[in-house]
Amino acid sequence: MSNQNGSVRIGVYICHCGTNIAGTVDVKSVAERAARLPGVVVSREYKYMCSDPGQELIRSDVQEHKINRVVVASCSPLLHEHTFRKAAEKSGLNPYLTHMVNIREHDSWVHVGQKEEATRKADDLIRAAVRRIRYHKPLEKGYVKIQADVLVVGGGIAGIHAALTLANAGKHVYLVERDPTIGGHMAKFDKTFPTLDCAACILTPKMTAVKAHPNITLWTLSEVTAVEGYVGNYEVTVTRHPRYINEELCAGCMQCVEACVYKQARFDDEFNEGLGKRKPVYIPFPQAIPQVVLIDPEACIEFKKGTCKKTCVEACGDRHAIDFQQKDEVKKIKVGTVVLSTGFQAVDPKKVPYYGYGTYPNVYSSMEVERLINASGPTGGEVVLRDGSHPKSVGIIHCVGSRDEYTNKWCSRVCCMYSLKLAHLIKEHTGAEIFNFYIDMRTPGKGFEEFYQRLLQEGVHFIRGKVAEVTDWALDKSEEGKLVLRVEDTLSAFVRRIPVDMVVLSVGLEPHADAQEVRRLFNISCGGEGFFTERHPKLAPVSTFTDGVFLAGCCQGPKDIPDTVAQAGAAASEALALIDAGQIEIEPNTAYVVEEACSGCQTCIGLCPYHAITRLEDKKKATVNPVLCKGCGTCVAACPSGSLRQNLFEDEQIFEEIEGVLDYAR
Amino acid sequence: MPDKTFEPKIVAFFCNWCTYMAADSAGVSRMKYAPNARVVRLMCSGRIDPQFVLDAFAKGADGVLIGGCHPGDCHYQEGNYKTLRRVQLLKRVLKEMGIEEERFRLEWISAAEAERLRATMNDMVEKVRALGPLRLSNKEVMREEVAV
Repeated sequence: MSNQNGSVRIGVYICHCGTNIAGTVDVKSVAERAARLPGVVVSREYKYMCSDPGQELIRSDVQEHKINRVVVASCSPLLHEHTFRKAAEKSGLNPYLTHMVNIREHDSWVHVGQKEEATRKADDLIRAAVRRIRYHKPLEKGYVKIQADVLVVGGGIAGIHAALTLANAGKHVYLVERDPTIGGHMAKFDKTFPTLDCAACILTPKMTAVKAHPNITLWTLSEVTAVEGYVGNYEVTVTRHPRYINEELCAGCMQCVEACVYKQARFDDEFNEGLGKRKPVYIPFPQAIPQVVLIDPEACIEFKKGTCKKTCVEACGDRHAIDFQQKDEVKKIKVGTVVLSTGFQAVDPKKVPYYGYGTYPNVYSSMEVERLINASGPTGGEVVLRDGSHPKSVGIIHCVGSRDEYTNKWCSRVCCMYSLKLAHLIKEHTGAEIFNFYIDMRTPGKGFEEFYQRLLQEGVHFIRGKVAEVTDWALDKSEEGKLVLRVEDTLSAFVRRIPVDMVVLSVGLEPHADAQEVRRLFNISCGGEGFFTERHPKLAPVSTFTDGVFLAGCCQGPKDIPDTVAQAGAAASEALALIDAGQIEIEPNTAYVVEEACSGCQTCIGLCPYHAITRLEDKKKATVNPVLCKGCGTCVAACPSGSLRQNLFEDEQIFEEIEGVLDYAR
Repeated sequence: MPDKTFEPKIVAFFCNWCTYMAADSAGVSRMKYAPNARVVRLMCSGRIDPQFVLDAFAKGADGVLIGGCHPGDCHYQEGNYKTLRRVQLLKRVLKEMGIEEERFRLEWISAAEAERLRATMNDMVEKVRALGPLRLSNKEVMREEVAV
């Protein structure tokens, strides 16, 4: 057997993956049968092919048996193709003379208990690969240069930490935030568990550092609206929405707010979860970054009627910072890498109607209570009910919109701990009797379990049971005017009714409503629940399948602040590693034209979404620019004369695979 | 009566970014599904030349499954729309050849939809099993026609 590369000598390696594969696939017999396939010189099975000794097998066979093609049947190529290409390369082979067969994710793991069928499937897939690899040819490695600038999307604690890490390393960072201020959810919290240090005290210095950093360009009220390009060379369009205030000119003196024709603040204050009021011109919160006011065009009379006295403009005086004419501003930037830290949204407690949020005024979401407790919140840190009185008893319901068939199935990880924190703080502020209703108490983290023990000693009540409903239907005098929680106390096996003044719903974390749009923009993937998917849950937790795009914080899944910061640091260092390497290897799976066969029909040109194909006017033939080609192969499938071909996915290779799996080689 | 012992051979063409990843994810979740399909990985469903499908049928497949990203989600922007166009045409050709509709399927399965992948695999195998083995009257002729 031979082709243009001389005689083909194939080595086949079948991985046991411990018992992951060998437990379901009869690897020994598979190896024996593979040894008899045409072109196969050696066929081995080994416990862990990805280990050093496993890779060494390939190396020694290249030397001893002069193999020049490597087929590894193991896990998904998305996991270890790189490993085995490297191994081949170290052995002196061209890395693209390897091919992986997926007999774990696509075989042993999905056909447990069907040894015969799984073994036959492995045989078929390996036969296909052996036939395919005869048509592999050595390819040149492709590289692309990595631009040093970085885009960070989302200015919560994850984005802030990633941006600062990158900027401190001397890289220029564009930090894009949708809200008028950075700080994210963390800025709204009062204290952080389990140490109870104040969120503002640890966050606001970092926010100020972002604004002051010479390497950070901060764009608030801005959104990424288009992304083009590829790793190392992303062209990003950012739309900066109008603030109606010139950021450079505003000193944050707030005299305009003072002077506004609305003497009373009367619009719902988003930062305070609607519990407080603000004016049409406002600053989200005193420590907001940038320290610049903004105008809400939905509320401002000038925008609605055009008849306002514009006392704000008068108050601003010589600064001339107010600009009612501001429009969307489109910025185009070039960056090499991206950190996505777009965060989460708290579950809307209305999704769990039997807890009465929105029906009973004294049922609060945990985010509202964070603001009530906060000294800079709408009540100055006083925990009060809607009528201004102090609650004497409070029920905190865990897992609202978490671990629930009807809303979100996952555990949101932080709710047990923040519920404990809220219990402690409410008790501290009001002296109220507190009841926590939990399904399981989940306190895995440094100092977490100790915090729970502390709460138990403080006299907070813990009732294990999922609350069935919150009702104001009183059965006796003691329940009148109260909210009654109906719950099965599963530790004492009683159904109980517990009357309280205030109910706190510990809402879970879920992906943003528009997470899918962000996913599409950056060409990454989401899990079934909608959080962004990491490249590998253990080994590449902040990378994505799109090179150069990294994840940090809750956009990847619910996590607490320490984990978020750790992940943000990891994402920043992954980006730094790419930038400092200066270049990245890319798949050479580009399309190319066999000129002799090209009729110049131009069918392919319109099909390419990257404009990688052009027509050579002198020769009247098509040509592919390999730098622009992303390797989808759509043009190849369409070429009527078969003159377009794709590296690593040549027609012959695919036909051999098809026929190989269909058992025609036997 | 359908032949109970008949195990259909399915050739599946999956794009690297959505359906292949869904199959990986099904594996990681240890979902169980029918072992009849053999997956050929391509970077994009847009790479699927109709000849691949014809060749698979000619060389003994009882069914062919194409898996790609949902419309609008293609890793290469719009490769899957090209697939859709080709599949529509190809379905008519296959019908002319006497190949039942259920033997050839295009499914959009995203990386997140491992469960959908499992269900599709099982459903396809069941439907093709009910049809029985593909018997092409002019199988030999066809094989020659599509040979490259």
